[in-house]
Amino acid sequence: MAKPKVKEINTQADFDERVRRLELSDETLIGLYRTMCTVRHFEYTADRLYAAGKVHGTMHLSAGQEAVAAGTRLALQPDDYLINHHRGHGHFIAKGADVNLMMAEFLGKDTGFNHGRGGSMHIADFQSNNLGANGIVGGGIPQAVGVGLALQMQRRKEICVCIFGDGASNEGVFHEALNMASLWKLPILYICENNKYGMSMDVERVVAKLPIAQRAEAYGIPWSTVDGNAVVEVYEAIKEAADHVRAGNGPYFVEALTYRYFGHSKSDRNLYRSKEEIEDWKQNRDPIMRFTKHLLQAEVLNEEQAREVDAQAEQVILKAVEFAEASPEPDLSTLMDYIYA
Amino acid sequence: MPEMTYLEAIRQALWQEMKRDERVFLLGEDIGVYGGAFGLTHGMLDEFGPERVRETPISEATIVATAVGASLLGMRPVAEIMFMDFVLLALDQIANQAAKMRFMFGGRTSVPIVVRMPGGSGTGAASQHSQSLESILMHFPGLKVVNPSTPYDAKGLMLASIRDPNPVCFVEHKVLYKTKGEVPEDDYMIPIGVAEVKRAGRDITVVANNIMVMKTLHIAERLAQDGIEVEVIDPRTLLPLDTETIINSVTKTGRLLVVHEACQTGGWAGEVIASVVGSPAFDYLDTPVRRLGGRDIPIPYNRGLEKFAIPQDADIEAEIRMMVAGKV
Repeated sequence: MAKPKVKEINTQADFDERVRRLELSDETLIGLYRTMCTVRHFEYTADRLYAAGKVHGTMHLSAGQEAVAAGTRLALQPDDYLINHHRGHGHFIAKGADVNLMMAEFLGKDTGFNHGRGGSMHIADFQSNNLGANGIVGGGIPQAVGVGLALQMQRRKEICVCIFGDGASNEGVFHEALNMASLWKLPILYICENNKYGMSMDVERVVAKLPIAQRAEAYGIPWSTVDGNAVVEVYEAIKEAADHVRAGNGPYFVEALTYRYFGHSKSDRNLYRSKEEIEDWKQNRDPIMRFTKHLLQAEVLNEEQAREVDAQAEQVILKAVEFAEASPEPDLSTLMDYIYA
Repeated sequence: MPEMTYLEAIRQALWQEMKRDERVFLLGEDIGVYGGAFGLTHGMLDEFGPERVRETPISEATIVATAVGASLLGMRPVAEIMFMDFVLLALDQIANQAAKMRFMFGGRTSVPIVVRMPGGSGTGAASQHSQSLESILMHFPGLKVVNPSTPYDAKGLMLASIRDPNPVCFVEHKVLYKTKGEVPEDDYMIPIGVAEVKRAGRDITVVANNIMVMKTLHIAERLAQDGIEVEVIDPRTLLPLDTETIINSVTKTGRLLVVHEACQTGGWAGEVIASVVGSPAFDYLDTPVRRLGGRDIPIPYNRGLEKFAIPQDADIEAEIRMMVAGKV
C-alpha cells in the first residue's frame, strides 16, 4: 500500500510540475484561491462578530485549514454527499453553501439553514447533499456507512465524503464504521483532518501509533497522508482516493496534516501550545500564503489580481453579515416546530 | 381470522412491508441464516436476499447509525438490536443523532428508521439481557417509543412504525414472542400514540404495558367474579403517551394503578401518574394513585429470584383489592 511521505514545504518546481500533470487551469487555480480566501474571511469575521457580542453560542473556526476544504471540494463531484465535523465552515463554503444562510444560522436567525436551531455546529444543506456537521465527535462517521450503503443499494454513482478530526479517530464508532465500510465495499472517502490537537490534547499523546491513517490498514482500506496546507497536493491526494472509491473499489482513507489558528472553541486560552508554535505555522506554513506565492511565481495572477480576489471574497462575507444582521429572529411561537415530521 | 404468535405477527409485518416497499430493508446481528436470536427474521434471508436482510458485525452503534444514514437518502431501514440491553451501546446514535436531527436541522430532513429491540425478563438471561429500558427512551423528544402487547397490535404498530417519518424505537418483549392471538392477513395500521382500553370496568383503572397487560387482564377476570370491575388500559405507545384516554378512564373509575416491569424508580408510571394528578381527573380520585414497578435491582439469574424481581399476579391482585377497598 502506498505510503507517501509528507513533504511539509513544497518547492515551486514541485508545484509547477503538479499543476501541469493534473492539468489545472489558471481559472481552476484562482477558484481554489477564492474559496480559501472566502473561508478565511468567514472565520475571521465570525471571530470578530463573537468579540462584538453578536454570537450567542460557541463556534469552532477552521482558519489555517482552508486548503483541506478547497482541495477536497475540487476533487469531488457537486452531488457527492458530505458528512462533516463540528469545525465545518470551510467544507460547507467549499461545497457551495450559501454563505448568507450560513452566517444567518451562525447568528441564530430564522433565515439560517437550520432556522436558528442548530448554530455553527449543526449547519446542514440537504439540497446540496450536505448532510450536516455533528456536535458529537465522531458521531457522523458511522452514519456515513448508512449513506454509503444507500448509495450502493440505489446503484448510484455519487460517493460519500466523511470528514472528521484527529480526535474522532479514538472513538469506538470510528473502528466499527471502517470495518463495516470495508466489508461492504461502500463508496466512502474518509478524510481525517489532523490539526494536531483534539481540543487541548496533542495527537501524539492520544494516538498510540501515528499516522492516524495507518489505522485504516487494519480494516483493509487503502490510505495516504498529505500535507493539508498545500492545496494542490490535497487535491491530488483526494482525487486519487475519490477515483478509487467512485470506481467501486470500496472506501479510501486520507489523512491531511494541518493546523488551526484559533482556539478549539470560544473558551480556549491556548494554554497547551506556545505562541511561537502558532506563529511558526502562520508565518511559514500558512496555506493561503504558500498558495499565493506559488500562483504569483507561476504568473497565474499578479499581486494586484490576488488582492482583488481576496477583496471580493471579503465583500461576499460582509454582505452575508449584512443579510444575517437584517434577518429576523425565529418567532418564539415556533419553539415546538420541527421536532416530529 | 388466522391465529399467530406475537413473533410471527411482527415477522409478517416486516415481510409484507418489504414486499410492498423496496426501500425497506433489515439490518442487525445474526438476522440471516440464524434468523435472529429469537428466530424472528427466520426465512427472510431466503426471500429477500442478503442485501435487504443485511447481517452486520457486532457493532450496535454503527448498526443504528447505518440506519440513520441510509434513511437520509430515502431508505426505510429496520434495525434489530438483539437484546434491548444492548441499545445502551447505540444510545448516542438514537438519542443525540436520530432523535435530534430533524429539529437541529430546522425541519429540513427526517429520520424514518425503526429500531426493534426485545426487552424484558423471564428467560433466565440475567442482568444484561433482561432489562426493560423503555422509560429511558421516553426522555428524548423526536423519538417515538412503541410497545405492543398483543400479536394484533404488534403487526399493526410495526406497519405504522415503518411508515412513520420519525425514528421509532419498537420495544418487544421476549416472553410475549410465543403468545398467540388473531391477526388479519391484510395490511392494517394501529395508529402510533393511541392507547387502547383492553377491558372496560368501573372500579379502577390499571395502566400496564407488554406482559403486564396480559397479567392484569387475567387478574381482572378473577376479580370480576368478586364484583370488582377493572378497566385495563394499554398505552401501546409510550412516546407520545396518550394521556387523554387514561385521564378519561380515571375520571370514570376514580382509581389509578400503573403496572410495569421496568424498575420502579424513574419508570414511566411516574409520567402517567403526574399527567393524571395534574389534570381535572384529580378531583375524581377516590384513593391515592399507586404504581407497581419492577424492584430497583438488576434482574437476577436464579429462577425464583428473577420471578420476584418484577410484579407478580398476586402483587397486582393485592394492590387492586387494597385500592378498591380504600385501604391505601
